[in-house]
Amino acid sequence: MWNQRHGRLRPVGCGMEELRRRRREREAALRKARREQQLVSKRLLRDDAPEEADGVCVALILGEDEIQQFLRLAQRGTEEKEKERALATLRRGLQHPETQQTFIRLEGSMRTLVGLLTSNQALLQLEAARCLHELSHSEQPAVAEACLPATSYLLTYVSGHSSDLIELCLYTLGNLIVESEAVRRQLLPQGIVPALAACIQSPHLTVLEALGYALSQLLQAKEAPEKFIPSVLGSTLPQQMLRLLQPGPKLNPGVAVEFAWCLHYIICSQVNNALLITHGALSTLGLLLLDLAGAIQRSEDAGLELLVCPVLRCLSNLLTEAAVEAVGGQMQLRDERVVAALFILLQFLLQKQPSLLPEGLWLLNNLTANSPSFCTSLLSLNLIEPLLQLLPGSNVVSVLVLTVLCNVAEKGPAYCQHLWPGPLLPSLLDTLAFSDTEVVGQSLELLQLLFLYRPEAVQAFLQQSGLQALERHEEEAQLQDRVHVLQQTALRG
Amino acid sequence: MQLPPALHARLLAGPGASEPLPVERDPSAGAAPFRFAARRVRFPREHEFFEDGDVQRHLYLQDVLTQVAWAPERPRVPEFTCQVAGCCQVFDVLEAYEHHYHTLHRNVCSFCKRAFPSGHLLDIHILEWHDSLFQILSERQDMYQCLVEGCTEKFKTSKDRKDHLVRRHLYPADFRFDKPKKSRGPGLPAAALPEPAETLPEGGQQSEGDDMEVCSEHMATPLEPRGERRTLGHRIPSTICFGQGAARGFKSTKKRNKQH
Ligand SMILES: [Zn+2]
Ligand SMILES: [Zn+2]
Ligand SMILES: [Zn+2]
Repeated sequence: MWNQRHGRLRPVGCGMEELRRRRREREAALRKARREQQLVSKRLLRDDAPEEADGVCVALILGEDEIQQFLRLAQRGTEEKEKERALATLRRGLQHPETQQTFIRLEGSMRTLVGLLTSNQALLQLEAARCLHELSHSEQPAVAEACLPATSYLLTYVSGHSSDLIELCLYTLGNLIVESEAVRRQLLPQGIVPALAACIQSPHLTVLEALGYALSQLLQAKEAPEKFIPSVLGSTLPQQMLRLLQPGPKLNPGVAVEFAWCLHYIICSQVNNALLITHGALSTLGLLLLDLAGAIQRSEDAGLELLVCPVLRCLSNLLTEAAVEAVGGQMQLRDERVVAALFILLQFLLQKQPSLLPEGLWLLNNLTANSPSFCTSLLSLNLIEPLLQLLPGSNVVSVLVLTVLCNVAEKGPAYCQHLWPGPLLPSLLDTLAFSDTEVVGQSLELLQLLFLYRPEAVQAFLQQSGLQALERHEEEAQLQDRVHVLQQTALRG
Repeated sequence: MQLPPALHARLLAGPGASEPLPVERDPSAGAAPFRFAARRVRFPREHEFFEDGDVQRHLYLQDVLTQVAWAPERPRVPEFTCQVAGCCQVFDVLEAYEHHYHTLHRNVCSFCKRAFPSGHLLDIHILEWHDSLFQILSERQDMYQCLVEGCTEKFKTSKDRKDHLVRRHLYPADFRFDKPKKSRGPGLPAAALPEPAETLPEGGQQSEGDDMEVCSEHMATPLEPRGERRTLGHRIPSTICFGQGAARGFKSTKKRNKQH
């Protein structure tokens, strides 16, 4: 199932070097936007493959008169083909920001377009929806605001049956949602949640992916925790979303990515995670994690990291809920294969997307922190050594690896017996040579636990010049107390 | 990162967990100056820990490496005609037919042949237009259902409903669905009723009056070649009963005559 390439994605027609450059630029811009809490992205559906095959932009700048002419022709042309062509030309014009501006300034233009959207000519209607879609993709907030009168109609068509039109309406709504708070304000009263809850029953994958996109845009909004999430949780959407994330032959990667992100936005807002756990979110996501690892083993890795990331986040944050114990969440996630799967994913991320490694280790921390069972699995599946191999990574990665090891060690002598003899001590001597205070501090914590529960390790520590390694940090204010105690322990030992 | 070969086998084997080793904690573990305590960590949505993953997500949304193509591979099929009686639209792409069918033939009123965008709106239409009891009952109780799916409110008149839609559901004030009561008789297709010619104002909102009708006949195809319309006959819905007519909004000084 995973090796089916995303059916509707296709490479942009230009060279690899150019692609990499554009990607770097975009990435830097996104990073900046995120820090300013302005992370906004839209999707564009276009079917202009033939015209744009050479990568040349064919957007037309249309003047007021031309826009009027095309609209009038679309309304009153003498034959259907002519009307469609007029609207198609207008649509291409609307790809250009200048035409967009002219269009929204033109009196009555939006009313006319909305009228065409509700027309009884199927293709004309579709073309009008595409015009609105172009407008929704505009980067100018005023253009999104001009689309305000269209949203109730778009929502009505979401409840319809033409999958092409539904898909277009959903992507258009998703775009408008991120651009304009005014749009978001009116969507809830206009009934977006029941409309989506009905639409999620659709058998069409393209519709489901579009729905996931629109919903994720809504849930991502800064006011979502107060405004949208309670309403979404009160509908049938959560159960349906979990159904679409269940592994099996019906699972579609493109759809699953969207809904996994939706779940992430819901869960990290902590509105009512107990409800999701009651619906079996932990076991569904746990099984999905196993499935993802299985796909990676079969090297079907078509964009899997896109799905891995939100799944890791959902599981990690859900595990912090007090309700995990209360509603039997622990029972949902007791299978040690989850640990095996997570390590296969860690290896995959290390190769494919190392910047996401911390998110995987975060889940490992949350799995092992309160669970003797998962700590035991880590030992019995021989996973300490692979874990130590991650230590030369970034400081964040090193601290997380050391924290997981502390989780194991703090469970007592039976656990520490498996940590020494072994590769742990040499690795710890390496991390003591780091300059990052947090990495060294966490190494000191681990040493303390090891010395406490496995006193035999002290002798080996001394033989491997451990004292010299500690001396380097004697002067460090945040470390010196702990260094001092460890030195005494070592000398006494 | 070298994973033990047995790990892959473990993943394929059945569920289960090892019997946990005995936990035995010493109170001096984590005592000052040490501070470690095993704990699960939660990150809120804006936490910087999520920066890299969020950026990847948005790169994907923006399709920097891949681009969502609009139905790139829709195979052509031999031309065929819509099978619905009285319709003779021709297609060579299945999806186009699907859209045509769902738009024009799916939610069609069997009494007056109008098409509706959703089953919900069709149900409301049938009740209000073709149910002989509706008129009688609506004198005694609130019968006009809200058009928004999921809202259970009912109203005495369609005007009350309109007010509700605008106030409560923030529908545009010119959103039109209903026929004004006076212009309909039970079971009488409104398309047969004359409508006032439209006057398009010179800018600004036009006066809506009580023409809350939605069955936007103005969207019907008055300029369609006459011959064609005759052959299609009344089996094709003359309009999609929903929304405002396209002719209404656009700024123009022309007058247009209804041709129903
Ligand atoms: Zn037909
Ligand atoms: Zn009817
Ligand atoms: Zn209502």
